Amino acid sequence: MADEGREPLDVRIDSEGREGLTGTTPASIYRPLRDAEQVTLPPDGKPMDAQPAWRTDFPIDWPQDQYVERRDFMKFMVLTSLAFTVGQFWIAAKSLVRRGNRAPSGVRLASTDDLAVGDVRTFAFPTEHDPCILMRPADRTFVAYSQKCTHLSCAVIPQIADGVIRCPCHEGIFDMASGRPLAGPPRRPLVRIELDVRDGQIFATDVEARTV
Amino acid sequence: MSIRRPFTRGQRATIVNGMLAFVIVLVILQLWLLTATMNAYLGGDDSVIVPAAAASLACLLLNAGLLRYLYHIERTRQ
Repeated sequence: MADEGREPLDVRIDSEGREGLTGTTPASIYRPLRDAEQVTLPPDGKPMDAQPAWRTDFPIDWPQDQYVERRDFMKFMVLTSLAFTVGQFWIAAKSLVRRGNRAPSGVRLASTDDLAVGDVRTFAFPTEHDPCILMRPADRTFVAYSQKCTHLSCAVIPQIADGVIRCPCHEGIFDMASGRPLAGPPRRPLVRIELDVRDGQIFATDVEARTV
Repeated sequence: MSIRRPFTRGQRATIVNGMLAFVIVLVILQLWLLTATMNAYLGGDDSVIVPAAAASLACLLLNAGLLRYLYHIERTRQ
């Protein structure tokens, strides 16, 4: 053929039907050019489109490998993004369930005579799986909190003489009067149980979770 | 006459780097949203849960759109 030995041109650089145009020569006379970016040649000589997926996913030349690893990392990040979104909706679902399970109002805990100053009593509120502590630090003062530390849910221990509630797991310290964290890893106050003292009886009326 | 040429590998590498940077920022934002929402939920504050879920979903849609575009430019090349 007359064009044997002629250097083929990149078919992508010119207008449609006249790609690689020199003079009036139609583009169709040139041999199709191998992909210049395809550094690696498959052993069977077939084009990359005809190769198995693993061969394109595990290239052996650096530029293609860097491209593939960034692309795959981006896929992983999008998957992570999906996981975070699922987590958000899981929290929303838990919130709806919690809203549906309101704490029972007016559960009797003890009589004021049963609890001397400095005494502590445990109880469960609002469900049997929520351990709480009722304390009487002063004659006319009754306080109750959830017994779960707001750090990692260890059982907290009241130290009435010191006016604090201590978590032995990671040395978290809470103020007995307010339930707010004073030291250690906890950042949120203890969940407070609202009390109603009437006619010498102590009732738990509600649960108050707080962020600060 | 303009011609639509497929992106070269160098161009695609630049595009994927740019998209990856954007996706990482969005994922970090989602992580912050998740931790802040969990803290609010455990503290009894339910008011932020729905807006945070909507924002997280918007981030996911943006990320998925970018990934879709990446597949699109790969298909264009073939």
